[in-house]
Amino acid sequence: MGKTVLSIENIVKKFGNVAAVNGVSLTIQDGDFFALLGPSGCGKTTLLRMLGGFDSPTSGHIFMDGIDITDVPPNKRQINMLFQSYAVFPHMNVEDNVAYGLRMEKRPTTEINQRVQEALALVRMEEFAKRPPDKLSGGQRQRVALARALIKKPRILLLDEPLSALDAKLRGAMQTELVRLQQTVGITFIIVTHDQDEALSMATRIAVMDEGSFCQVDAPRVLYEAPSSRFVADFIGRMNMHECIVIAEQDNGYCINAGGDMGEISVRHAPLPGVRAGDKIYYGVRPEKVIFSKDKPADNVGNAVVLENYSYHGDETLLYCRSQDGTLWTCTLTNDRRNFTPVNVGELGWLTWAADNMILLAK
Amino acid sequence: METDNWRRNKRVFFAVSVPQLTWLLIFFIIPLAAVFIISFSEKRGIIGHELVWDWKNYIRAIEPIYLSIFAKTLLTSTAVTVICLLVGYPVALAISFAPRWLKLALLFAVTVPFWINGLIRTYALIAVFRTRGILNFTLEWFWSIGASVLAWFGIEVGSYQDLQFLYTNVAATAGIVYVFIPFMILPLYAVMERFDKSYLEAALDLGAGHWRTFFTVLLPLTTPGIISGCIIVFVPSLGVFFIADLLGGTDSLLIGNVIERQFLGANNWPFGAALSFLLMYLTFAALILYSIVNKKSKKIGGVDV
Repeated sequence: MGKTVLSIENIVKKFGNVAAVNGVSLTIQDGDFFALLGPSGCGKTTLLRMLGGFDSPTSGHIFMDGIDITDVPPNKRQINMLFQSYAVFPHMNVEDNVAYGLRMEKRPTTEINQRVQEALALVRMEEFAKRPPDKLSGGQRQRVALARALIKKPRILLLDEPLSALDAKLRGAMQTELVRLQQTVGITFIIVTHDQDEALSMATRIAVMDEGSFCQVDAPRVLYEAPSSRFVADFIGRMNMHECIVIAEQDNGYCINAGGDMGEISVRHAPLPGVRAGDKIYYGVRPEKVIFSKDKPADNVGNAVVLENYSYHGDETLLYCRSQDGTLWTCTLTNDRRNFTPVNVGELGWLTWAADNMILLAK
Repeated sequence: METDNWRRNKRVFFAVSVPQLTWLLIFFIIPLAAVFIISFSEKRGIIGHELVWDWKNYIRAIEPIYLSIFAKTLLTSTAVTVICLLVGYPVALAISFAPRWLKLALLFAVTVPFWINGLIRTYALIAVFRTRGILNFTLEWFWSIGASVLAWFGIEVGSYQDLQFLYTNVAATAGIVYVFIPFMILPLYAVMERFDKSYLEAALDLGAGHWRTFFTVLLPLTTPGIISGCIIVFVPSLGVFFIADLLGGTDSLLIGNVIERQFLGANNWPFGAALSFLLMYLTFAALILYSIVNKKSKKIGGVDV
């Protein structure tokens, strides 16, 4: 960890007049499991394809180990890619697919055979060596594609929406598998995904992208607990987000007026550049940090609400409540006992949370 | 589905297949049988013939002069198929990679010759190939540019001498290629259009250069298109006659011309029929040979695409 393996500077990619990637810069450390996360059409796949060498940027540079590789073709980069469709060659069996990259390097046969065995063992596909790809399931084909890319011992492996074609159960298993693989081989992984759950559970760092730019690049925990903008707060997980007014700047936070039953609250918070007393900003609190109770809270922040609707998910119940000033609130109820008391629509209650759980957002 | 099985609904199957079978019987089986019988007949008088059931026509058909024409026909068709493949493959590839609007325009350009009668298109080629034709004019133009450049350096070259294209094997072969090339491009395009382009990127990603990507990935995966294109070009080109008639010279005689002359010129239907059947057997032999080769290569190659 710690050494920069890849850095990109001011990458712009235009298709006609539309900038798919709009001047992004980034450094990726050796051994990172890096995720590019964003809604579809945000430019994340375009960026990945430029890292692989399949598209060239309109302007900007890509450096690997300090060397400019912007114009190096894909077959000469120490970067390999796991394609969304896997692109396992249908006219070759599993073994030949995996050996393909080494044959292109014209390695001796004994070395190829040995490394193919190792690569197949790595993805647990030894028994399938002689199978043609059309006799494999989607998950197995993905393993073949993984072995085929990893056998080249690249510095970086790019993964383009690797789990999107798998069913939910298999997707969960593959998430763990990919993390295990990455830790075994020690290769830097850069994954493109639109699934926040995937990014949060696998990645060591995540770049949230929107409209061709990075919104925030941080560790998963930081992204979730301290988003830097309303877009990130809203895009990752659920968030109760409402307007408030800054009353005063304090030593290690702000005093805000959130209106309604809440009144003035002192929130411990990192400084927000440019925010002064009297500014209108936003505060947010995650649904799982909100408690639904029948009685008015003693010292926590709270808001009187009426339960409008709920959705039952087995392990938890999501409550949709409306406060007296008309704002909508979501609250998660963990069903931690078998005989928990069910809630009823129309019930009156209080939503409460600790002030430390509040996030202040200037933009 | 159960109800789709013709064994269970014999009468339905029978009812829907009768029109087609009748058509085939009247317009294909019966004429073919008639020609087959005529090939065992003997020419009598100017237009008549009589069934004698002997092999005389076939024995005459394998005389060296006709065998050499068969050989020449095979050679010409092979050359036509190879040229069509070499020209058609890059064209089909370019179309499959073109942006959508260009793709439609190019496909239109490939199919538009079908709208014009083949005979008229062949006559148009005469205007291209003749002594004072478009091809010679174009060459003369290049020649004069070249000559004027060379004149700058003080080198004198003579004036352009028209080349003989029309009534040669070159013109005949070019004419057949021109007529048949859409039949090569379209099946190739059909396969390339379905071809997942990420296979090419994957090969490139794994370290193959463009040539090796072509030979290890693109070529094997487009083989079905190559095979069907070659069959659709090779088999009908064995029987062409009017193109060689109009564009070729005296030595451009193909077996199709001989058959046509036996039927229409010499009025020797029995001999023409025998030649026709020999051509048909030759075609069958070529197709059987292909399927044997194909089965073997499939076993090596593994998967049917």
